[in-house]
Amino acid sequence: MANLEAGSKIPEVRVTPDKYLTARYAGASGDFNPIHIDEEFARAVGLPGRILHGLWTMAQVARAQTEAAGAPERLKRLKVQFRGMGLPEQEVVVSGTVREVADGRAIVDTVAEQSGNQIIRNAEAELAL
Amino acid sequence: MPVNTKAIGKTYEPALYAVGREKIREYARAVGETNPVHLDLDAARAAGYADVVAPPMFAVVYSAPAVGPPIFDPELELNFTMMVHGGQEFEWGPLVVAGDEITTTASVKDISERDGRGYYVFESISTNQRGEQVCRGTWTNIVRGV
Repeated sequence: MANLEAGSKIPEVRVTPDKYLTARYAGASGDFNPIHIDEEFARAVGLPGRILHGLWTMAQVARAQTEAAGAPERLKRLKVQFRGMGLPEQEVVVSGTVREVADGRAIVDTVAEQSGNQIIRNAEAELAL
Repeated sequence: MPVNTKAIGKTYEPALYAVGREKIREYARAVGETNPVHLDLDAARAAGYADVVAPPMFAVVYSAPAVGPPIFDPELELNFTMMVHGGQEFEWGPLVVAGDEITTTASVKDISERDGRGYYVFESISTNQRGEQVCRGTWTNIVRGV
């Protein structure tokens, strides 16, 4: 388990979704919304191109917590706000700081950024220690 | 046009999802999990789990059959084409492993309007075959231009 004291940072998760990631995630999750997998459709509705699934990005935020805590069952709660949009082939960086520790639980404030833009903000995770 | 709030409190039919080992592995690879308990049966058993372990966010997979129908419920008059996923919360209970059968019930928790946007909040409650609550999800969808 990483050091989870108030004020400590959890290890960063850095991942670059490849060109076909959104297709694989669509199949894995069942979310085939064409804004994620069809470049022409995405542009036709005013997006810069295919965008990442917000729930894939949330899964990166979750992975940062379970890797810091050392086991999947330690993640008890995760709440996020989606902002902006994530794009394929650009690195996603998840970083978090332990806000407080009490009663065997750590609360971790986390963000996911891409090229300096927060695509998930105000993420709050609760970890069992 | 004001949002239609009549459906607040409406609960939908439960949906059953049977958790498959290969589906967990497919999901775990798509989200980049490296912990072998999500990918390898022997590693999962060696770590004390009954079978390959679903990552916590696999909740989106077993909840999906239950949370889809409310979005398309005509009673909500939700303009799906203008909808974005604004926020998400999950609260987890015992882990889900391959072989579990998960029943999820979705309901309309809240519908409101603010600054020309409609906020549609759905709740999902998922229980396993032993009746234990494995996940509670809160799904916030925002509809522009209501």
